[in-house]
Amino acid sequence: MPVIEAGQPAPEFSLATYEGDRFTREDLLGRITVLVFYPYAFSPICTDQLSVYQEVLEDFEARGATLYGVSCDAVWSQQAFREKLGLTIQQLSDFEPKGETCRAFGVLHPAGFPERALVMTGPDGTVLWSHQAENPGVTPGANLIFDALDAARV
Amino acid sequence: MRGPEGARAVIVYGDYECPFCAALEARLGALELRVTFRHFPVRASHPRAQPAALAAEAAGLQGAFWPFHDALFSDQGRLEDPHLWARAEALGLDLERFDADRRSDAVAARVREDFRGGIRAGVATTPTLFAAGFKHAGRPGPELWEALRQA
Repeated sequence: MPVIEAGQPAPEFSLATYEGDRFTREDLLGRITVLVFYPYAFSPICTDQLSVYQEVLEDFEARGATLYGVSCDAVWSQQAFREKLGLTIQQLSDFEPKGETCRAFGVLHPAGFPERALVMTGPDGTVLWSHQAENPGVTPGANLIFDALDAARV
Repeated sequence: MRGPEGARAVIVYGDYECPFCAALEARLGALELRVTFRHFPVRASHPRAQPAALAAEAAGLQGAFWPFHDALFSDQGRLEDPHLWARAEALGLDLERFDADRRSDAVAARVREDFRGGIRAGVATTPTLFAAGFKHAGRPGPELWEALRQA
């Protein structure tokens, strides 16, 4: 199943935060949210996608967009990853039931990890834009998110 | 920018702490290309990339961008401040000026401008190389050398 398309309502889902809370569809409401699905914490690539987004995070914030990293890693791994890279972008874990949220958004790779995908939702929980990299080795540039914000006129 | 005039132009986004960038740089030097280097320092992955980029630009203000650039890529294990000073000294730069320049707003703005330009161009990893007709992102390999040979 391909990544959820613009115009569709975001599905019901539940992700775990490091703080021990659940992050659900309700948390998308009232603002622009970008869910950044990535395959694994600590995957061996030279420059991490999230590090690049971190560099322009203030620009996203100025546009009213909040970014979250989503993977199937456990919250502890995500937190360690976050600390290692010095990220302030919050991480959400799809560890148990594993991959269920990724499946609901159409980004679960057959091998059990998230595709590299971006899903932007609007204040009413509708998907404004989505993008899936042609393969998990391709990193989507931050420009794609800025372009989508431009297109959504936010 | 450097390289023979009229040679194939490439633009490279990279950072001085990135090993793949150094590998690319070493190969580019052996090819007949006109190379433009733009800074894409990602602080989270490479904490010394930003100070190194600032230092290279500061050296550039004294006409020594490329020698400094080469000196950074040829010894990536030494990117702390004393190592930057040692390079500046070896190149005969005015150290006081170098140190003031690398901390200046103008130099920071220049590096930032490169970074933002990279973001706009869709750069998401280092190195990313643009040439007429194609883009290559990440670890360089045989297919890239082949593409660059077919000018």
